[in-house]
Amino acid sequence: MVNVIVELFKYLMIFIIVMYAYSCFSIFRYRSERKRKATLRRQNIWMYLLHLMAFIILYLETENVTIIAFYLMQVVLFGVTIFLYTHLYPKASRLVVNHMCMLLCIGFIMLTRLNYTKALKQFAIAACAIAFSLVVPVIIRKVKWLAEWGRLYAVAGMIALAVVAVMGRVSYGAKLGFSVGGISIQPSELVKIIFVFFVAASLKASVTLKTVVITTAVAAVHVLILVASKDLGAALIIFVVYLVMLYVATRQPLYILAGLASGSAASVAAYYLFHHVKTRVVVWRDPFTAYDSGGYQVAQSLFAIGTGSWFGMGLFQGSPDSIPVADEDFIFSAISEELGLFFALCLILICVSCYIMFLNIAMQLRNQFYKLVALGLGTCYIFQVFLTIGGVTKFIPSTGVTLPLVSYGGSSLLSSLIMFAIIQGLYILREDEEENIERKKKEREKSIPERRKAGKGKEEKGKQRVRQGDLSVRGSVPVPDGIHRIF
Amino acid sequence: MTYLFVGLFLFLMGYIVYFNVVKSKEIINSPYNPRLDSMADRVVRGTITDRAGNVLAQTHTGDDGTESRYYPYANLYAHVVGYSDQGKAGLESSENFELLTSNAFFPEKLKKEFKDEKNIGDTVVTTLDTGLQQAAYQALGANNGAVVIMEPGTGKILAMVSKPDYDPNTVSQNWEWLSGDANSSLLNRATQGQYAPGSVMKLVTTLEYMREAGDVSGYLYNCTGEITHDGTTIPCANHSAHGQVDLAASFAFSCNSSFCNIGLSLNVNKYRETAKELLFDSRLPSELPYSRSRFRLKSSDSSADKMMTAMGQGETLVSPYHMALITCAVANGGVLMEPYLVDRITNYTGTTVRQHKPQKYAQLMSSSEAMQIKEYMKDAVEYGTASVLSGQGYSAAGKTGTAEYGSKEGLNHSWFIGFYNPDNPELVISAVVEETDGGTKAVNVAKAVFDSYYGSMWE
Repeated sequence: MVNVIVELFKYLMIFIIVMYAYSCFSIFRYRSERKRKATLRRQNIWMYLLHLMAFIILYLETENVTIIAFYLMQVVLFGVTIFLYTHLYPKASRLVVNHMCMLLCIGFIMLTRLNYTKALKQFAIAACAIAFSLVVPVIIRKVKWLAEWGRLYAVAGMIALAVVAVMGRVSYGAKLGFSVGGISIQPSELVKIIFVFFVAASLKASVTLKTVVITTAVAAVHVLILVASKDLGAALIIFVVYLVMLYVATRQPLYILAGLASGSAASVAAYYLFHHVKTRVVVWRDPFTAYDSGGYQVAQSLFAIGTGSWFGMGLFQGSPDSIPVADEDFIFSAISEELGLFFALCLILICVSCYIMFLNIAMQLRNQFYKLVALGLGTCYIFQVFLTIGGVTKFIPSTGVTLPLVSYGGSSLLSSLIMFAIIQGLYILREDEEENIERKKKEREKSIPERRKAGKGKEEKGKQRVRQGDLSVRGSVPVPDGIHRIF
Repeated sequence: MTYLFVGLFLFLMGYIVYFNVVKSKEIINSPYNPRLDSMADRVVRGTITDRAGNVLAQTHTGDDGTESRYYPYANLYAHVVGYSDQGKAGLESSENFELLTSNAFFPEKLKKEFKDEKNIGDTVVTTLDTGLQQAAYQALGANNGAVVIMEPGTGKILAMVSKPDYDPNTVSQNWEWLSGDANSSLLNRATQGQYAPGSVMKLVTTLEYMREAGDVSGYLYNCTGEITHDGTTIPCANHSAHGQVDLAASFAFSCNSSFCNIGLSLNVNKYRETAKELLFDSRLPSELPYSRSRFRLKSSDSSADKMMTAMGQGETLVSPYHMALITCAVANGGVLMEPYLVDRITNYTGTTVRQHKPQKYAQLMSSSEAMQIKEYMKDAVEYGTASVLSGQGYSAAGKTGTAEYGSKEGLNHSWFIGFYNPDNPELVISAVVEETDGGTKAVNVAKAVFDSYYGSMWE
């Protein structure tokens, strides 16, 4: 009987996530605000339905009554989060809030399935982090000198990483963090955000050769410390984020080419110099031959994905426990195995939709600093998603990074939530910019009549120039005008 | 920039779809995968049958729910069907996922799920022919060795016998003895046996000589019963002097001296390339585990090595299965059809889930080369070393071989590769009889199989 419910809900959950993923993109088609709002509300209903079905299965399979209480707590957390964001920050992007909750929801489902204790911990961290992240948009909006602290960001980032490199605790062959009073902290997760702020602050105004050289040197130090700590995933992310931000700030393809060339050279060197890099590549090429020398992780991941196939085995019907660190770096495989590849592919689409929303705001901001921040965070997010999913599916060598908001891990969760909150702050900022411009326009229009002829021509020209400068990011995603107002 | 990342993700998603559609089957069948065992909790392992539907392996469920695997033909199909206790082997291993997947009628599946009963796994219908399997099995008698029988036009594997064998019904009970057996009864000699090819290698040498010489009609060699070069003397079998032989007669009489003479004239690098084209030192198309054949001749090797390799001794090692594939290509105008053992997967009531369609694997030689070699093989039956096959109600073509393997004096491995009805080849056979004193020759095994096949057509 339970089997039948599991089986039935399995298909229903796939249907729901497909509908949700479809709405992520179909929403851009609607012109009327009413329809968009209806879609956004429907997304919440889809999420709650998915959440409910999953927890019915989780309860039936475990017959653990506390799971019902846990479920209700999550319902409240999602409800409060959505309520607070939409009421405290009516200008925030509702779509990003929805995605954030959906990803958290999938994470809670999978963690409850894999390790109930860890799921409870994750929930506690999420609740605190969300409470904290609610003030982030205010900080972004009110603290005007964020753009002036470039040096501070650089020093803070390097010190945090250096501390880990020297004193860090080794887990899975890499020095990732240290414990303070029983809580393990992974500074590299937060350093990613600080690094984005640093680069944005450095490149916001001048992109002379001198600034580029200094910024590149600081970025290189970050990457080298991370490589020394064997945190290859974070090193790669910092490297790619820097290249993308540098390119957008300077529009100089030569920098990208030079960066890619030196990156490739460094990778080859790393392959021959570091044993653990070589192992990853060997495992990637054939995890089965190298099964006993590190390949078992990727091999088990591929078994999980392959056995789950399109529709998955159903919650509690597979054996994701056989994949090492299934609750962190390999959570995508666990999801594929039990919820199916259709579900997993939709999850990818939701992540891509988040990225598009990150870039959407980057395109619309006029302030170069904030624009670069949005772009940097967007790249950081999507590249991390790419590394983790590509790694567990053997598309690329595995680098050991988490799936943001879904994987277990306090530091990862906190930094992802802060990242999303910063983006919300930028959406609000954008609205202020818009209002300022509107207001100035009106003021000018009032005083125009006397010098209408000359003034108007000038204004048109000026506007066009701004637009062209904006092209640095604009033009890549087709987003209808004014869309930021609704989400 | 956006396009770059979105494109990257489309690529990634495409890869995942590709992985699931194309690669996943092979991967999840890995013995490292613990998941398949848990599938057995929900599904009764399916049945394996021969091409006519005779059951080769079946699961019996007792009244108390205990399951046991039953193999009605016992030792006959031991290696090819394999076993599923104590790990898995043969088709039981390669088709594990199919056997544990149920494509039963959906409402019935649902009903059983409700009642918490197991569903019945799918049936694997093989290409194996019990008549031919029995003929080959009996012909080998008490000897060790292996026989592979194939249909060259489709790639169907009709029979695969390996001896010594074991009874898959009692693998668990006899495991300790079986796994330590010095004769390696568990080894499937047909695909994993590594034998010196002996004179069947002359087929490869002949092909290479045809390629290098272009026109072979002028080849003549005067055989005195042995050949000496650089201080190495190699005799013909029984020291018999074959006299004036052309290429056809050299092949038909399996004249060692003549082939050593040819071997000395060959360009070793090209020779190795031809061997590579015939799938030596390469991956073989196979559903079962196999050993790669090896061809080790280098241009720096001595002339003794060259002579030995050309006549089939030396460092070369092949499996009977590999020789069957080469013979299939000869029989089929140079084209090797992808060999297969699983004809179709049906659900337990017989509705087809997936059907294997014959397809070309590779062109191993040109059709004119294949035709020429076929003629030589016909000659070997007509007046040469395989003449026991002549004068029957049917026609045949083939090549015999005798491989010395070192230690035991007077005992050799006997080889035969050939086919039934050369004008329109229906059966290809590749047989090895180990350590025979000449009493049972591989060519006699082939004759027994052909006789049985010929006889069955008149039933």
